[in-house]
Amino acid sequence: MTDVTDGTGPAGPPSTLASGGRGVPDGMDPHSGRERVGFFTDTSVCIGCKACEVACKEWNAIPEDGMSLTGMSYDNTGALGASTWRHVAFVEQTRPAPEGRTELPLLGGRSGAGTASGGGEPQGAGVPGGATAQETVEGGSGGDIRWLMSSDVCKHCTHAACLDVCPTGALFRTEFGTVVVQEDVCNGCGYCVPACPYGVIEQRPDDGRAFKCTMCYDRLGAGQEPACAKACPTESIQFGPLDELRARAALRVDQLHEAGVTEARLYGEDPEDGVGGDGAFFLLLDEPEVYGLPPDPVVTTRDLPAMWKHAGVAALSLLGACGAAFVAAAVTGNTGRGRG
Amino acid sequence: MTSAESSLPRRADEGGRHGRHRRGGRRRGEQLMVPKAEFQSYYGRPVIKPPSWEARDIAGYFFLGGLAGGGSVLAAGAHLTGRASTAKAMKVSSLAAVSLSAAALVHDLGVPSRFYNMLRVAKPTSPMSVGSWLLAAYGPAAGAAAATAVTGRLPRTGALATGAAALLGPALASYTAVLAADTAVPAWHGVHRELPYLFVASATAASAGMALAVGPTRENAPARWAAGLAAVADVAVSQAAERRLGMVAQTWREGRAGTLLKTAKALTVGGAVTAAVLGRRSRIAAVAAGAALLAGSACTRFGVFAAGTASAEDPKYTVVPQRERLEAAKAKAETAATAAETEKG
Repeated sequence: MTDVTDGTGPAGPPSTLASGGRGVPDGMDPHSGRERVGFFTDTSVCIGCKACEVACKEWNAIPEDGMSLTGMSYDNTGALGASTWRHVAFVEQTRPAPEGRTELPLLGGRSGAGTASGGGEPQGAGVPGGATAQETVEGGSGGDIRWLMSSDVCKHCTHAACLDVCPTGALFRTEFGTVVVQEDVCNGCGYCVPACPYGVIEQRPDDGRAFKCTMCYDRLGAGQEPACAKACPTESIQFGPLDELRARAALRVDQLHEAGVTEARLYGEDPEDGVGGDGAFFLLLDEPEVYGLPPDPVVTTRDLPAMWKHAGVAALSLLGACGAAFVAAAVTGNTGRGRG
Repeated sequence: MTSAESSLPRRADEGGRHGRHRRGGRRRGEQLMVPKAEFQSYYGRPVIKPPSWEARDIAGYFFLGGLAGGGSVLAAGAHLTGRASTAKAMKVSSLAAVSLSAAALVHDLGVPSRFYNMLRVAKPTSPMSVGSWLLAAYGPAAGAAAATAVTGRLPRTGALATGAAALLGPALASYTAVLAADTAVPAWHGVHRELPYLFVASATAASAGMALAVGPTRENAPARWAAGLAAVADVAVSQAAERRLGMVAQTWREGRAGTLLKTAKALTVGGAVTAAVLGRRSRIAAVAAGAALLAGSACTRFGVFAAGTASAEDPKYTVVPQRERLEAAKAKAETAATAAETEKG
């Protein structure tokens, strides 16, 4: 499955990092002149081991943020947040059985479901639908189960809304083209939180400041690859110069299409998309929203010139309307003096 | 495997609360439901993070900023036309409102002791940075205007400060709309064109309400006119905003936001009508009308805030409009391709 990466070798610290990326005109960070680096997460080889989540927590010393069971397949992490910078999503799907294949029922309906899930329906918090579950188990002889796994992360957008709206300058673009919060500057205004079109950055409740993936800024500085990519046992998470990753991803999609996996598609790799392309992009096997990703994210600061224009006109109309009110009062004979 | 199977329909069910999955195959049980917008999601989880802001602090700030900014304009008008007691009262009201709003902003910070970092940089791409500088300029002007009006000293400085506050006030009242709209929150960004007008209408209503409540009836004619204009604008812009939002308009019409926004309309229109009919003759009616206008403006801000939160918490409002946008772009591209081919052939 990973043979396509053989030509370029496993994702390791790219040599260009140390040399400042000279001679690579495309994908350079315009400010530092260094090569822009990123993640290519190939979800087709993700096995859901969560080594990335663990490595991230360990390396970045991220505090524990809840140990509850969600009832969402093997995903007890829930979502990206202030204290979760890698999140492995688990999606379970039924698909129609392939042409010409019939499936025999494996287990006897509800009793089987009970046994396999450890003596009872795993009805976790806020999980409805025992009845529907039975229905499918009883009648679900014609389908196949597909399990999608995907390790989500901050996208390190080319046009990053969080960075644009940050009023303190705590969020900044690094020399590697990544987006990082300076914890000693952030004052916890929370503006980046609803600004992010992916719902990545968040404030830590007991701390107040905003936190998110730094793409292991400290490790990059030392010429190392981020902890999650280092820990990934299947090279589902690949780190490297963005241009190289994009080329590798295009090859991988072609390879999958040839192998009959027609639903393979790239997400976030297009520099023409609403955020100017992601520094961390993905190979997905279904629509992005199935994984909890927005299908067409945009950086809202794109519309900021229009917004400022409307705000300016609105401000002038307030001035005009109040002026008109005084004129109208004068015209109708009320000068504010005399009459009581 | 069976555990996987048993948890499968949960996802369908989660999605089914909002709409049906598009993926074919299992159609059973669907006929009972009215088909809503079709979309898929990850266990019904929100795609974006809702604002972590406290409604009291931030919606309160939107209201107070509007009251202060609009009030400064009415204060300057009253100052110019010799409505001295209204002018003085409005200057004091604006100072009080801007002081409270600054306190609300600092209170809402995750690290309030670092509030001064707001003035560390000036960033036009950040409406909050622009707003911080606006507040930093407007606050002292409003303070000087109020101080000189109350003490009666330095009348020339007072006039200057009154003018400055009246010029900065409208910006303070309208920029908060950009602050909200420049986010991924569907119910806010979707109306980034309309929201500034709604916010200034609401600010005008609030400040006219304050002028009616604190000014003598013989001086309140401009406030009555302003209230009427604000009410008309408020209703018209709200309708335009809901039209623009499409399916996201549900968040403006339903739930807490719907209740607040409907109450806001009733209070604003009722206040403006009461002011127009009885505001000149009856002091009590003027005060009641003013209170209704103030409450209406507050309801508008809290309503818009609640709509934003509701739209962020349901993945439907993020996924469906984006999916529609993609489909529309695809259809457009296909039409263009077909047209090009026909031309060639």
